[in-house]
Amino acid sequence: MIAVTDYFPFLKPFLPAGLQAPPSRFRTSDGKPVAGLLAQFSTVDAACDAAEKVRDEGYTVWDLHSPFPIHGVEEVMGFKRTKLPLISGVVGLTGAGLAWLMQWWMSQNYEIIVQGKPPTAWEPFVPIIFELGVLLTAFATLGAMFAMNGLPRPHHPLFAHEPFLSASDDKFFVYIEARDPKFDMERTRALLESTSPDGEVAVIEDEEA
Amino acid sequence: MSAIHPDQPLERVVAPDDVGDGSLVEDPAVRPPLVLNNRSFGELTEIVCGYAENPYPDKRLLLLLGLAALCAGVGGLMILYLIITGVGVWGLTNQVDWAWDITNFVFWIGIGHAGTLISAILCLFKQKWRTAVNRSAEAMTIFAVICAGLFPAIHVGRIWFIWMVFPLPNSNAIWPNFRSPLLWDVFAVSTYFTVSLLFWYMGLIPDMASLRDRAHRRLLGARRRGDKPALPDLIRAYVFGALSAGWRFSSRHWHRYEVAYLILAGISTPLVLSVHSIVSFDFATSVTPGWHTTIFPPYFVAGAIFGGFAMVLFLLVPARELYPNMKDILTLRHLENMAKILLVTGMMVGFAYSMEFFIAWYSGNEYESWVFAHNRAIPIWLSEDGAPYWWAYWTMIFCNVLSPQIFWKRKFRTNPLAIWIVALLVTIGMWFERFVIIVTSLHRAFIPGEWHMFYPTPVDILTFVGSCGIFLTLFLLFMRFLPIFAIAELKAVTPQAHRHHHDDEEAH
Repeated sequence: MIAVTDYFPFLKPFLPAGLQAPPSRFRTSDGKPVAGLLAQFSTVDAACDAAEKVRDEGYTVWDLHSPFPIHGVEEVMGFKRTKLPLISGVVGLTGAGLAWLMQWWMSQNYEIIVQGKPPTAWEPFVPIIFELGVLLTAFATLGAMFAMNGLPRPHHPLFAHEPFLSASDDKFFVYIEARDPKFDMERTRALLESTSPDGEVAVIEDEEA
Repeated sequence: MSAIHPDQPLERVVAPDDVGDGSLVEDPAVRPPLVLNNRSFGELTEIVCGYAENPYPDKRLLLLLGLAALCAGVGGLMILYLIITGVGVWGLTNQVDWAWDITNFVFWIGIGHAGTLISAILCLFKQKWRTAVNRSAEAMTIFAVICAGLFPAIHVGRIWFIWMVFPLPNSNAIWPNFRSPLLWDVFAVSTYFTVSLLFWYMGLIPDMASLRDRAHRRLLGARRRGDKPALPDLIRAYVFGALSAGWRFSSRHWHRYEVAYLILAGISTPLVLSVHSIVSFDFATSVTPGWHTTIFPPYFVAGAIFGGFAMVLFLLVPARELYPNMKDILTLRHLENMAKILLVTGMMVGFAYSMEFFIAWYSGNEYESWVFAHNRAIPIWLSEDGAPYWWAYWTMIFCNVLSPQIFWKRKFRTNPLAIWIVALLVTIGMWFERFVIIVTSLHRAFIPGEWHMFYPTPVDILTFVGSCGIFLTLFLLFMRFLPIFAIAELKAVTPQAHRHHHDDEEAH
């Protein structure tokens, strides 16, 4: 579940607990809430091998961050193909239908007789039906991509971790969130360390509640 | 058929020795590199973000920007003058009531088609070389459509009534005529602009996130050193931070992103074909000889792709010389591929030109054949009935049909200067194509008493120059501030982007 306060952490003092994400079950040694554990890799191979290990351990709330889309990542991470095209299709057909309805209604409301043709013949409506169908599909596709990805999201615990900025450059990261039911500070850390990441496994801290 | 004994070994067909910059390998066993010099992910980020973060590599570009902005300003004044005074400030007459305005409109909208073609159609065909040009071609699309949209809007004369082209409720209860191709055009062009903008924006999200992260990193460094934060980096961190919408390069996000990108490519492909078809309906559904032909939609689409690719080459060939390391990303093979497309689409428009003559003769329509023979092709100095606009017609034939023929030779296809000259000629030729279609058909129609020549006024000329200025200004600003290559897509086509040791050794 994504909570409102994930997006807008400054709302934490003002929102009832029911609307907030439950506080993290885990604490760092100096008492800060833990958001997750992060391992860094330098190659696609290393990152994918690590991801397959995490997948096989049965984790569900975790992610692989890469500077570009990795071919075949669905299989590597073990998730299903998105239902996004369904949204695009439904909205696109709705747009086309509305375009036909609009033209039909306006044409019978204000009849312009050209060459004696029936004012509400559907054939001349086709170009605008097509254009508006495409227009709505485009908005629906971009909108659905944003909505299903939980974007725009200006705040995320990972952004406070400076090495993570290389995800947009040339590094790969495997991030297991503390919300994952299988998450355990010791065992998860051991799992990530067994994938031989670059450097230490980093503890990502959450904002103080 | 050759008679080779099955046991006789075939001589291996290998490329000519000349492999140019390394990308021109013809050996079928070697995959030509899409990025040269084995650039790493980090180097690609550094090169492309460097273009957007540093001043122009050449001071002359700043001068060009100033000049372009000046032209745009003059164009703006001309438009203001037109709106205050009326369309009479152009050289239009009762007979030639469309001239440079609609010529410019079709010219610019045609140029706007290459961007979506490269992004969408080449994406669907999995042509990976598109990564070298797709971002700048998409930007070009948007700027060209802005210039295109300008002309129909101002040619209506009383621009304060332009809202009537939209189906808005009004006190007279009048609705638009949905059977008019001019109205279809309104929907087609505005949809095309909007969808191209969304497509471009979506492609930019990860790359703007790269710029955001780099600015953020520099700000953190400055804070650690106790320096004052640099203002440009603050602006970048905020603006790109907002526009990239918190993109954090998650694979789950990339997955939906790629599906969404494919859908946008899938719907943009019929869209790009529909837009120029609808533009051609503006002419084809009329009864004017020279316009009333069924060949117009495919002919216009081919011409649009032709003109658009010419403009891409016209802009990127000089940029490739000026920007450091750009030759690693935009290789000779990319230029060669685009030169081939120029050759193919040039032949397609050449075929359309000849087919128009054939149909004019074959249909037995004397008005139609008169337009082609006596308004266009036969020079006035050859016959009393000849066309005073013969020079426009033959400029078009020379630039569009003849000049790309040099690309049959590989030497010219891989020579940037030759490509640039042909691209320039094609751009000129495509403007003349629209001028020929519009003006030569209109200036001598059914009643000889109404025959007029068209003479452009200075306002006509300066408005066109202004639109070129607007286009170039926007493009130069784009080159200065935004990533001009799709960084994430470039990284994805490098060899190190694929898993090596794994069983799926299908080469991607």
